Amino acid sequence: MGPPRVVKPPPFRYHDPGTLEEAVALGASLDNAKFLAGGQSLMPMLNMRYVLPDHVIDLNRIPDLSHIGEAAGRLVIGAMTRQRDIERSDLLHRHCPLMRKALMQVGHPQTRNRGTIGGSLCHLDPAAELPAVLAALDATIHVAGPDGARDIPMTGFPAFYMTPAIGHDEIVSAVSFTPWPAGHKSAFVEFARRPGDFAIVGVAALLDFGTDGTVNRAGIVLAGVGPAPVRCTAAEERLTRRMPDPDGIRSAALTCADLEAMEDVHASPSYRRHLAVELTSRALRSALAGPGAGSLV
Amino acid sequence: MTDNHELPDTRSVVLVVNGERREIDVETRMTLADCLRHKLGKTGTHLGCEHGVCGACTVLVNGHSARSCLMLAVQANDAEITTVEGIASGDGEWHPLQQAFHEHHALQCGFCTAGILTSMVEFLGENPDPAEDEVREALSGNICRCTGYQGIVRAVLDAAGRLRARNGAISP
Ligand code: FES
Ligand code: FES
Repeated sequence: MGPPRVVKPPPFRYHDPGTLEEAVALGASLDNAKFLAGGQSLMPMLNMRYVLPDHVIDLNRIPDLSHIGEAAGRLVIGAMTRQRDIERSDLLHRHCPLMRKALMQVGHPQTRNRGTIGGSLCHLDPAAELPAVLAALDATIHVAGPDGARDIPMTGFPAFYMTPAIGHDEIVSAVSFTPWPAGHKSAFVEFARRPGDFAIVGVAALLDFGTDGTVNRAGIVLAGVGPAPVRCTAAEERLTRRMPDPDGIRSAALTCADLEAMEDVHASPSYRRHLAVELTSRALRSALAGPGAGSLV
Repeated sequence: MTDNHELPDTRSVVLVVNGERREIDVETRMTLADCLRHKLGKTGTHLGCEHGVCGACTVLVNGHSARSCLMLAVQANDAEITTVEGIASGDGEWHPLQQAFHEHHALQCGFCTAGILTSMVEFLGENPDPAEDEVREALSGNICRCTGYQGIVRAVLDAAGRLRARNGAISP
């Protein structure tokens, strides 16, 4: 009796190491291996046989990769932490409300129950919310590999389209970032054809204020505009050192019309720029209308 | 490509499906959905897209909804799986969600129904008194091509009320 002829993924050997060290050693020793995180991107690609790995190294049995915490004034999230656990973390929500706001727009409850932050980051879909959020937060990506551990700033993490700047035998172990100061405001706004779909354009906005109510610091990062998250420094400059009034918001958002935008089946560059302007304006207004974040003590 | 593929890579796994402990050999590349349907005869779990978009294959894994087409059966080793066959009570009485779906015409062909019921079991467990827009949000990961969703939304809201009444003594 052979196996039932119903299997979609291509043949591979399956490995489920219990520690990060074992996973790294397997990655270094096996040819044509793929690391499996939450499976919400790799599993569809296996089912459709877009990828044909000889080995699948499953990271789901490594408990040490799943954690949310605070260390030395930074927030730290393990790479295999489920999106659903991040969305529900009170610690993260208190100090970085942007995280939950963005995650509510990532897929659906059923996919967030399995999907991980490290998986989303390494898949690096141009329209994905989490890489844009981590770029807006100037996060550090912690990576483990056969030559030891190293840290990569999020700005240097995307190598090119859907490809992170890490070796095939390296594994993202965690991300960390310094939360913005208490009282900062944020929003994540996106336009997708259906809720839960990948966005055509999404905007992560962060604003911190001085005692006189002017903007001390602004963070504007867009998803879906370029192959990797794009920071709109022109918009950030227009916002800083002035009151966030409707004129300031309009003039900042308009700078997004000068961004270089990509083209695909979903939208033309000019439509993407139009969305970038409109959604940046909406994100800033939404951030200003909401409450400020708590402080990390 | 290497000699890896000459023999199927199989493992023995233990799945507790709807409370019943099953020990089976699976090819490691077999999805949980195919394992449930073809190895364990649980054909109530449906497969629409097989790439995570439609929600028809949703089951509960240790109480949490998941796309069974996006999990390998071997990843569910030692997990408790609830399929649509397992949500009615042991004596065959329908789950309040099933009763409400029946009464509100919340299904037509029924292809999407198993995935919606399992998703809503988790949702109402976490949010026993949802607003209508929360129900719509919770349903967003399940595609129904027949009903137009109105009956489904009504049924979920009605079932929430029935469940609250049933658990009345303990709810606030
Ligand atoms: S069959 Fe699994 S989501 Fe469609
Ligand atoms: S009842 Fe036919 S797809 Fe929903």
